[in-house]
Amino acid sequence: MSNNTKALDIRQVPQGRLAMWTLIAGELIIFGGLIAVYLLNRIRYPEWGAEAVHTSTMFGAINTCVLLLSSFTIVLAHNEANKNNIKRAQLYMFLTIVGGLAFLCIKSIEYSREISEGLTFTSPAMVAKGEGVKSLFWSFYYIMTGLHALHVIAGMTTIFIIMMQIGKGKNIHRVELAGMYWHMVDLVWIFLFPLLYIAK
Amino acid sequence: MEHGHKQSFASKYLFSTDHKVIGIQYITVGLLMAVIGGFLAYVFRYNLAFPGKDIPLFGQLLPQQYNTFITNHGMIMVFWVGMPILLSGLGNLLIPTMVGTDDMAFPFLNMLSFWIFTLSAIVLIAAFFVPGGAFGGGWTMYPPLSAGGYMNTSPDLLTALFSGTSLMILAVALEFVAMLMGGINFLVTTINKRAKGMTPWRIPLIVWFLDIASVIFMFSCGPLVAGAFMLLLDNIVGTGFFDASRGGDPILWQHLFWFFGHPEVYVLLLPALGVLGEIIPVFSRKPLFAYKTIIYLALASAVLSVVVWAHHQFVSGIDPRMATFFSVGTIIISIPFAGIFLAFMATLWGGSIKFTVPMMFALGFVALFLVGGLTGLFLGSNAFDIYAHDSYFVVAHFHYTLFPDIFFGFFAAFYFWFPKYLGKELNVTLGKIHFWLTTIFFNSTFFLLFFNGLHGQHRRINDYSFFGNVAMEPYSTFEKVATISAICLILSQLVFVLNLFKTLSSGKKAAKNPWNAATLEWVTDTPPIHGNFETFPEVYRGPYEYSVPDAKDDFIPQNVAN
Repeated sequence: MSNNTKALDIRQVPQGRLAMWTLIAGELIIFGGLIAVYLLNRIRYPEWGAEAVHTSTMFGAINTCVLLLSSFTIVLAHNEANKNNIKRAQLYMFLTIVGGLAFLCIKSIEYSREISEGLTFTSPAMVAKGEGVKSLFWSFYYIMTGLHALHVIAGMTTIFIIMMQIGKGKNIHRVELAGMYWHMVDLVWIFLFPLLYIAK
Repeated sequence: MEHGHKQSFASKYLFSTDHKVIGIQYITVGLLMAVIGGFLAYVFRYNLAFPGKDIPLFGQLLPQQYNTFITNHGMIMVFWVGMPILLSGLGNLLIPTMVGTDDMAFPFLNMLSFWIFTLSAIVLIAAFFVPGGAFGGGWTMYPPLSAGGYMNTSPDLLTALFSGTSLMILAVALEFVAMLMGGINFLVTTINKRAKGMTPWRIPLIVWFLDIASVIFMFSCGPLVAGAFMLLLDNIVGTGFFDASRGGDPILWQHLFWFFGHPEVYVLLLPALGVLGEIIPVFSRKPLFAYKTIIYLALASAVLSVVVWAHHQFVSGIDPRMATFFSVGTIIISIPFAGIFLAFMATLWGGSIKFTVPMMFALGFVALFLVGGLTGLFLGSNAFDIYAHDSYFVVAHFHYTLFPDIFFGFFAAFYFWFPKYLGKELNVTLGKIHFWLTTIFFNSTFFLLFFNGLHGQHRRINDYSFFGNVAMEPYSTFEKVATISAICLILSQLVFVLNLFKTLSSGKKAAKNPWNAATLEWVTDTPPIHGNFETFPEVYRGPYEYSVPDAKDDFIPQNVAN
């Protein structure tokens, strides 16, 4: 779009960054709505504390570290991209994707442990015992972490596509945008972790 | 810019990234959906006035079909007619040309937005053809009707996914994605791509309003997206988010829905008010009165719009203290809008008013919206609302707000900007006939329903023959008058269709600036070329410099230096 710059005199924030901030604001409101609904229910049902005991704080803590580390590597990638070190930027982006994969692997180990205990999206055994309120905690657990996992996958896909593009010397500025999105994914997890794993 | 560059039909008209083509595509799909929404209205209005009779062009209407039809009429008219025409359609056509640039900030995203929107419309219509039919639990989709197998859902996952309920939720979700993409484009284009000299206080009112509407939309739809996800899971995997027997809360959906649903009213209203803000100064030949104040008022209404939602829930068993809070909020939000309308009236004051077709629709909007707005004040107060809730009073009220808003707003814009963007002059006589028929039949359709509503007619019943209070005179006659008027209202739109096709096939070529308007879109060729401007304009003044003393033509376009 460089041929349009002659029409502009007010481009203070680059176009892509502005759009990414808008997108992030929209995404945070989706998660914000979900978290607010969860909190209202959590206050209403103190017995959910006993359900949260079944989530593994250890796995959650490891995953928090993994995500934070991957946020760090994407910052390094941005830094290298700014210096035009494409190969190194690609390496750090690759490490970020590995971080995302590690997060998803750990998450699926957790999910399988919980599912084998009969704690699922609908937890039919609990509902059959008349403990529907408790099963609702697990519905919230899966919808919140599941929606977050979808965003992890979306972020990884974006980073992968941009990693390929900068290899061809295109769209180097997009490394920063992918990084912003990845930080958002990280930030949401920082809220989910205490709500679902620590508060028991 | 691609002069003389030959494009294939598909890349020029179907998969175009040109904002003008996308704007016209949005409006076209919106109008086609209006035909479907109008047909549904015809069928159930006919059934209301003549219950049990065979409906011409349709046949017998079953009670469950009646529910499906009113549900989809509401859904279609708000989300698939109002939104694409007023927000996406006008936004795409006007924003780049009015801020003086070549295209949206992200043309590809813009095209994607349109096609996702079209997909959402197809998904919505497809719901009519799945086993069990489309969803029929009211356009607000309240659980338990919309969750947990009460209405056309099934325990089998695949069947549940392709049930009318799930398809409607999916269609709404897809539409939100499309509108969010469009919103990002509107905001980034306005912030980053304005012409040199287009300072914030020189941006035309409608661009401000479209952007404020986009911001309201983005900041209110998030919780509903989360809620739609939860409702979908309630339907297809059997979670209990909205199931009271499992600790879930059906009222929660109402909060999530109306936290979006009420701001949505302003998302639809602001672009149409923006249209008035462009048209009224041009045909009064006066600067817009209190331009800055209007923008501040709109910003105030945007803030207030997120604290009024629970006035839809006064009979849902909410805490009376909360009801008072929301009553007060609702009544307060009428102040900014009253201010905006007063500013428009003040613009008319002492102007040399020209009754062109767009001006007639603009003034018709003001007059009719007054009725809708004032009855809104009644309903905003919870004491009255508890009495009138879910009655035809409410139906008449929101048709008096949304019909002028969506249709008068659109028609005003259509008659005003059509000569510019399609380059042909519309027939004035047909336009005036269209205005008068629409205005008369709109009023005779909906005004009497206020009385039926106050007399206790409930909005979701398909056959009133067994209800003594509304089956008697004059209310049963009112019902028939409303139905016959509604049919006439739909038929009088044929005048508009005739005008459109006549103009497209044999209309005179329109002049560059037929209305002597001062904003930037009138500076380019008619119709604007791909890329809009041969050379990018520079802006030296505000958008409404009319009747300037000593000026050559009584107005000075924005791009003219002193």
